[in-house]
Amino acid sequence: MASADDQYDPTPSDDELEAHLQTRNMVVNLGPSHPATHGTVRLRIELDGETIVSMDPEIGFLHRGFQKSCENVTWTQVLPYTDRLDYVASLANNFGYLSAVESLMGIEIPERAKYIRVIGAELHRIASHLTTIGASGLELGGFSAFLYAIEARELLTDRVTELTGARLTTSYGRIGGINRDLPAGWEEKVLKSLIKLEELLDETDKLLTRNRIFTDRMRGTGVITTEDALDFGFTGPCIRANGVNYDVRKAKPYWAYDQLDFSVPLGNNGDNFDRFYLRVLETHQSLKIIRQCFKQMPAGPVMIDDWRIAMPPKENVYSSIEGVIAHFKLVMEGVPVPVGEIYHATESPNGELGWYLKSDGSGRPYKCHVRAPGFQILSGLSKMCVGRMLPDLIPTFDTINMIGGEVEQ
Amino acid sequence: MSTFALDQIQNQLPEALVERYVDRAGDAWGVIKPDQIPHVAKLLKERLGFRMFISMDGVDRLHLPPEEQDPRFEVVYFLRNVERNELARLKVRVNEGVEVHSIRSVFQGANWAERFVWDFYGVPFKGHGDLRRMLTYEEFKGHALRKDYPLRGRQGLIAERPIKDIFRGPGTNGVAE
Repeated sequence: MASADDQYDPTPSDDELEAHLQTRNMVVNLGPSHPATHGTVRLRIELDGETIVSMDPEIGFLHRGFQKSCENVTWTQVLPYTDRLDYVASLANNFGYLSAVESLMGIEIPERAKYIRVIGAELHRIASHLTTIGASGLELGGFSAFLYAIEARELLTDRVTELTGARLTTSYGRIGGINRDLPAGWEEKVLKSLIKLEELLDETDKLLTRNRIFTDRMRGTGVITTEDALDFGFTGPCIRANGVNYDVRKAKPYWAYDQLDFSVPLGNNGDNFDRFYLRVLETHQSLKIIRQCFKQMPAGPVMIDDWRIAMPPKENVYSSIEGVIAHFKLVMEGVPVPVGEIYHATESPNGELGWYLKSDGSGRPYKCHVRAPGFQILSGLSKMCVGRMLPDLIPTFDTINMIGGEVEQ
Repeated sequence: MSTFALDQIQNQLPEALVERYVDRAGDAWGVIKPDQIPHVAKLLKERLGFRMFISMDGVDRLHLPPEEQDPRFEVVYFLRNVERNELARLKVRVNEGVEVHSIRSVFQGANWAERFVWDFYGVPFKGHGDLRRMLTYEEFKGHALRKDYPLRGRQGLIAERPIKDIFRGPGTNGVAE
């Protein structure tokens, strides 16, 4: 017991202030099933206090043998597998694969089909961006913004369902064009949905971008230098956040992008906020592109007029020998793709979706390499996080928008 | 199509280039010697501005016509110059067991890409330093994208890895080794 004259002094002495604790680095596993890992990825993180010392992402939990499967089916039958790559933006994958095959064959698709492809790809670009925008809010604690974004995405999913017959696994389009034209009255529905979508997007944007807590968590976190970003192979919004003006739609225009008026927004900090906000800005550009497409779209066929590539009309199959032969050969042997190899890229929501296709003339892909944008970006994640705080990992992981389906093939 | 990259390689590193050709779409390809690829990558990145790593993959040529079967494997490289808007398409051809020199020291993005090629084709990379499997698990036998790996090749269950602390996941007791 302390006596009356030796009074208790709460100020600690210098000696007491010195922490003699021996800190040991701790290893935590984030994932494979964690709410913030949209997919299944295991991050083995070594922590010193709350600072990340080293990090090793382990992927492959969703590996489905995509390439092996593709090498054993005909060129057309690959299409359903491409749905499952980036399942938030399956149309972008479908059309990307199809145009790679078309450029390997050296064929040109009808003008109207090109516009339909642009519309489909842009609809799904908006859907993908809305998911990323909403989920970034969700994982930083702002649940309501997520609901607005997903409501808007649901409008698009409904329109895509009317177009393709499926919500997610669209398998729309065929080699040589589009398998069926737009449904009657679809254009008006889409334009109406876009107005509603724009309101919801503005709402989401306001809820997040004007939110002090959200912006504080996003600004200046997950920074990567331009040098490193190029080195790792970042593409899409992730490289444009560093101010590198690289967009496949502008660099090597495909489909009808050279006839459309749109701009590519650029950031300059290479941090999470830029990556997030570029997606908001890109969504506005996509809206603009879709509206232009509906105005400019010509009438006409949507499928190439060549029975070696396109299915003959049913009446010809039932009434003429040419029709029967063409139908039989297409179904049994598939589309004749000549011997050769090609690298073809399109801009998917997350970046450059590249295809290296090799054909040996047998009717099946000899090699079907897909360059998934997320694979290269995820390989750079540890560079963005090592030396930073653990809580910054979550927004960083969000804004790179890694999709398990395409990364793990 | 621009052939700037290949012209420069031909001028500055003529000993590295084995062959060049043009594909169906008119794009230029260069075949590089397996031990020269880091020098070519360095030249492309540092002197010619091909700073963006695009992709890498392998091809097993086992089922191609006989004259194309040797060497068995091809490793393809894609590098982009954003300012010139040009894509360099390179490939390296090696036989089973022959090492390709790693370009990880030049492009950090090649780390995972080389691990992927090793995982699926069994092409080793010299000087990579951390050549683990990328998508399959360590105990996986064989290389799944080789043409002689069966389409429905099933492998038995693997032995459980030691779990020292159930809450922290396999392999560690929550403390760095």
